[in-house]
Amino acid sequence: MAEQLELAVNGDIAPPGPFREFWNYFSSNRGALIGFGLIVLVLSAALFANFLTPHSPYEQYRDYILTPPAWQHGGTWRFPLGTDEVGRDIFTRLIYGGRLSLFIGMMVVSLSLAIGTLIGLVSGYAKGMTDTLIMRAMDIIMALPSLLLALAIVTILGPGLINASIAIAITYLPHYVRITRASVIAETSKDYVIASRVSGAGVMRLIFITILPNCMAPLIVQASLGFSNAILDAAALGFIGLGAQPPSPEWGSMLANALEFIQRAWWVVTFPGLMILLTVLAFNLMGDGLRDALDPKMKL
Amino acid sequence: MFSFLLKRISVVIPTFLGVTLLTFALIRMIPGDPVELMAGERGVDPVRHAELLAQMGLDKPLLIQYWHYLTGIFQGDLGTSIVTREPVIREFFTLFPATLELSFCAIVIAISIGLPAGILAAVRRGKVTDYTVMGLSLTGYSMPIFWWGLLLILLFSVGLGWTPVSGRISAMYWVDEVTGFMLIDSYLSDEAGAFISAVRHLILPSIVLATIPLAVIARMTRSAMLEVLREDYIQVARAKGLAMWLVVCVHALRNALIPVITVIGLQVGVLMAGAILTETIFSWPGVGKWMLDSIYRRDYPSVQGGILLISCMVIVVNLTVDIFYGVVNPRIRHNR
Repeated sequence: MAEQLELAVNGDIAPPGPFREFWNYFSSNRGALIGFGLIVLVLSAALFANFLTPHSPYEQYRDYILTPPAWQHGGTWRFPLGTDEVGRDIFTRLIYGGRLSLFIGMMVVSLSLAIGTLIGLVSGYAKGMTDTLIMRAMDIIMALPSLLLALAIVTILGPGLINASIAIAITYLPHYVRITRASVIAETSKDYVIASRVSGAGVMRLIFITILPNCMAPLIVQASLGFSNAILDAAALGFIGLGAQPPSPEWGSMLANALEFIQRAWWVVTFPGLMILLTVLAFNLMGDGLRDALDPKMKL
Repeated sequence: MFSFLLKRISVVIPTFLGVTLLTFALIRMIPGDPVELMAGERGVDPVRHAELLAQMGLDKPLLIQYWHYLTGIFQGDLGTSIVTREPVIREFFTLFPATLELSFCAIVIAISIGLPAGILAAVRRGKVTDYTVMGLSLTGYSMPIFWWGLLLILLFSVGLGWTPVSGRISAMYWVDEVTGFMLIDSYLSDEAGAFISAVRHLILPSIVLATIPLAVIARMTRSAMLEVLREDYIQVARAKGLAMWLVVCVHALRNALIPVITVIGLQVGVLMAGAILTETIFSWPGVGKWMLDSIYRRDYPSVQGGILLISCMVIVVNLTVDIFYGVVNPRIRHNR
């Protein structure tokens, strides 16, 4: 107390900067920190995959087909988590798979965030017929279960990693459009926007420089949660054979024919799913933390 | 009330038309036309090709084709499957009871566990129970359910041998189809053990399909309950000396249920998407597996019809929830 007073007298105390304030809220949430830590772990494993493992994710060791994990009888430390049905190292495939899953997440989120925000800005700013048309279109996308819509789009585009990402990005568009539109409508009537318009700011400046930065918080939260949904849906598409194609080490597609080995090789079934669960959980934990830290209503 | 109903329903019509437009476009955006698809790799000679196109009405302008498609839908004509040559709508409704049975059991499991768990977490806010329930529900929400299904098979079917791996009933039993719901049909049949077999087949897929709705319901119940528990009338009830469980179950739950019911309604879409994965893993002969098989077989009329029917179902359920919401909560009915 005395120290604080002294500091205050000396003028060293200042309100925390926006980042500092955010970090204080965020780091007080233990779940969010765990999630963040897990994401950093998966990300660095994916980035440094070449250095972490001596194997290639595609190399088939024909003498080591379905080798169990190292700690089990018959396992070897050469393949810590065992090998799959054609003798590929599962550990290697898992960390290379992280690259794909994070790439999908990134691609889906940036696509749906960029396009969704743009449509939302137009819809909220233009109002009238344009707004109604856009919102009805979004209602249609929302009426379809996301996996079903993604299936339909992949049917048109053909299976594959990129097409799956595009399909998933489309299914998540309405979330971003709705959030942006709602905040644009709320912000447009505020004094600072009117002031800016009166002083002669053009439409582009109003939308992108005046209004958009004030709609960012809910978008960031949605993007973080969107990351987890994207990874989950992409894995589901990979699992049913319409996402990433073999032999790519995508986690979902690694499980595609795991059912055949369920009787004799539990490790083929267990590890890829565990990676999906942990990564998705990490993004959800972080998303919850971000929401608590960025949503002003929660701070009161 | 009547104008409220009318307003709600009129919002749904453009959505429905949009979905028909989407499914109409779907089949035309796929590379190759339906005749080439039917002919497969054998190919078809140009004269016959044009003939068939004319026969199917595909040589007409798009607008007229769409009109035919739309009027067809209202007459229950969703086209015929390329593979089985059966009407799509008949195939769908033959398989639909299996999906309905699975989804129904899943939602029953989700509600009967999720609701009490959410209430418990809200009442014990900040305690170990709360953290456990919320931790488990976030894990459930993050679960790749296809893997969860594999894991349960690994544990209960392969490891412990308690439950069968696939299908709706053991091949030992022959059950006459009365309602299409295996639980009811096997109960009605004279064969001893058939009902037990049906239950054992149903249990794992239901748990898998229930996982995500359960997590969502638990989270929603907790936050709705917390909101209500802060209200003055709850304090009054407590101050009167009513027992905590009585206040929670009678006074609070009633009001907390409104948003929870909405969320339960929204789970229909989740269940339908989940059914595709769950039915595939457990070889459950429902519409989810049928949709996926149709995609593999390039049976596009079936895919088109399936998507249309499932989305219509989701739209109708959401509309029902919306109307129900207005019925139980007069504020909504009169505000709009």
